[in-house]
Amino acid sequence: MNFDFSDDQKSLKDQARKVLTDKSSTKAVRAVLGRKTGTTSYDTALWKAVAELGWLGIAIPEEYGGVGLGRLELCVLAEELGRAVAPIPFASTVYFATEALLLAGSDAQKQKWLPKIASGEAIGCFALSEGPGAPKPEAMTTTFDGAALTGAKIPVTDGDIAHFAIVLAKEGGGASLAIAELGGVTRSEVKTLDPTRGHAKIEFAKTKAERLGKAGEGWELAEQVLDRAAVLLAFEQVGGAQACLDMAVDYAKNRYAFSRQIGSFQAIKHKLADMYVATEVARSNAYYGAWALSTEAPELPLAAAAARVAACDAYHLAAKENIQTHGGMGFTWEVDCHLFYRRAKLLAVQAGSPGVWKEKLVRRLELKNAA
Amino acid sequence: MDFNDTPEEAAFRAEARKFLEANLAPKSGARAQAESSESDFMKRCKAYQKKKAEAGFAGITWQKEHGGRAMAPIFNVIFGQEEAKFEGLSGPFAIGLGMCIPTMIAFASEDQKKRYVGPALKGDEIWCQLFSEPSAGSDVAGLKTRAVKDGDDWVINGQKVWTSGAHYSDYGILLVRTNPDVEKHKGLTMFFLDMKSPGVEVRPIHQMSGGSNFNEVYFTDVRIPDAQRLGEVGQGWQVALVTLMNERLAVGGSPGPDYSEAMELARRTPAPSGKGTLLQDQAFRAQLADWFVSAEGYKLGRFRTITALSKGQTPGPESSIGKILNANRLQDITNAAIEAEDHFGIISDDAIAPMDAVFQQSYMWAPGLRIAGGTDEILKNIIAERVLGLPQDVRVDKGVAYKDLPTGR
Repeated sequence: MNFDFSDDQKSLKDQARKVLTDKSSTKAVRAVLGRKTGTTSYDTALWKAVAELGWLGIAIPEEYGGVGLGRLELCVLAEELGRAVAPIPFASTVYFATEALLLAGSDAQKQKWLPKIASGEAIGCFALSEGPGAPKPEAMTTTFDGAALTGAKIPVTDGDIAHFAIVLAKEGGGASLAIAELGGVTRSEVKTLDPTRGHAKIEFAKTKAERLGKAGEGWELAEQVLDRAAVLLAFEQVGGAQACLDMAVDYAKNRYAFSRQIGSFQAIKHKLADMYVATEVARSNAYYGAWALSTEAPELPLAAAAARVAACDAYHLAAKENIQTHGGMGFTWEVDCHLFYRRAKLLAVQAGSPGVWKEKLVRRLELKNAA
Repeated sequence: MDFNDTPEEAAFRAEARKFLEANLAPKSGARAQAESSESDFMKRCKAYQKKKAEAGFAGITWQKEHGGRAMAPIFNVIFGQEEAKFEGLSGPFAIGLGMCIPTMIAFASEDQKKRYVGPALKGDEIWCQLFSEPSAGSDVAGLKTRAVKDGDDWVINGQKVWTSGAHYSDYGILLVRTNPDVEKHKGLTMFFLDMKSPGVEVRPIHQMSGGSNFNEVYFTDVRIPDAQRLGEVGQGWQVALVTLMNERLAVGGSPGPDYSEAMELARRTPAPSGKGTLLQDQAFRAQLADWFVSAEGYKLGRFRTITALSKGQTPGPESSIGKILNANRLQDITNAAIEAEDHFGIISDDAIAPMDAVFQQSYMWAPGLRIAGGTDEILKNIIAERVLGLPQDVRVDKGVAYKDLPTGR
């Protein structure tokens, strides 16, 4: 039994923490948060730095310009990026677009995009949502005719800055994934709860696009991309939840009320213990997801669902109770609690809501039992 | 990352498996267990324990001089994983071997160790732990039972409670107050005693669940020789901490129906909407997902602990998480299952209620699980103070002699 990351992976994590503490301080995050509409929605210096460190291509094979390490290395980076609320399009580009290309891309498509992703030249995004509620095949209006896309996707995380999008669209009686370059496509910025990541409405009007994977297999492929992204996002969520817990613990030790540290009150202790338990449950489930992802195990769909449900719960709890522990100060713009509260919500809906994933989890558990 | 044994671990697992297959029956249902009498059950437990000790599986981590194999804790975990797949006959020895005897090994004389360790390991003698009292549960150090020196003996008067297995135990370790004039933690002393000593009276506790798994133990002028003192006079709290440290490693497991049983019930129960089965009900499915995540969180968390053990690290108080998760999940699942059965859910007759009334029985057991071995609240304090490093609560008993402490009712 070796259910832990290796020493090399742990030292990569330590290195990532150092880099991000230096380059993605909350001051840097706030610079993106407080930007004016229409200005660049990501930290370009940080993006350049993570490209140079090889993080963007860490799981991309060397033949496509990557570092050729595995998903476990990517998981430890994700945890640190989540902890830092990094204001860069890492998730969109690496967990969604790269995973979709690795999963379904032709050799030519991989040759075209993966080296540019690894070098930081190309930012990708994943366009699924069209309206309120979980996406459904029958409700989707964006279409793909084998060569071009038509229809609108909203919101697309990092869609305002991406160079290309992976789009789920109707094709004939089914659905397909398509990859489209976004130069010249109409995009409008969308106001969201988490302005530390840009969001857009993308309107495709006979936009030239290539099919990704087989025609008619779009839903199945999208589900597989979401499973992979769910595990990687779970690490970001665990990192964020842990940051909230650390912040709350630190505050509870230093804030005095009724002439004593508030952390000496059981009402606060038990709250923080609950955050710890939820975060550890999420961490254990995320680790299992990491194992399944890195070994391409048949357990991945169920493991990914469990990792996602646990991570959404933990980050939500940790983010809201961190504010509560800080009292009135926690509700101010100046204290960092809201950065995590915002990001927790983005990550909870970006790959599908916890409700959708609970349903997936049980369906997959039923399949496992039937097998 | 992998879930494989090392070659050494795999060889040990195979050896354990071979022994267990030869000496234990497969798991039997709760009903079959309830039907066999306690004395029959104890006989079978003792016979199994003897074989287990002879085969070298009883004190896996203990030093060789005490009959052990001096192996790393991971091997104890491996044996436990395999043993759990069979009928459970180790329960009566868990407290003695997990807590009492390690305390004896740490504090008893060489002659005493020679006399008591072997018979306990072989299951010939059973031990119990006498710490909790009616007015000293979470706050064990507030206990009242008095020991007064009289010549070479100590004379004990008082009452213990929640003593598992006292009625079939031969010996016990006993924490008592020897000095009420100093702070409560400083006036305690640990002894061991023969449970058949004159003046010891064991009475079963009638639990809210109807069963009797624990006892009250009354002490009336019980004489214990000073030679049976463990540690110095006044050092009982330090000795107890050694005992309780071993408890953390001994307690574990998820007792009772879990998400898979809830799923099984849901498959054959109509949904509240009247359309389809409960397993097709969205609200129920969402709960099921939460239980799965919690159960996996516990199981996978244990894998992380085992990994740490396997690397030679000592698990810390992080393992307190397990009991909080399991006890609360058990209470949630049993409650949801009973409500799902609707009016029929009130039936606890195992011949009538679905799935042998497993949910009804565990519903009545779950509140105890949230209290035994450290309440949810105490465990959360442990997490907050020892894992997160938060300050202790303000203490009103610091610097006050035990006899001057307010005691309430």
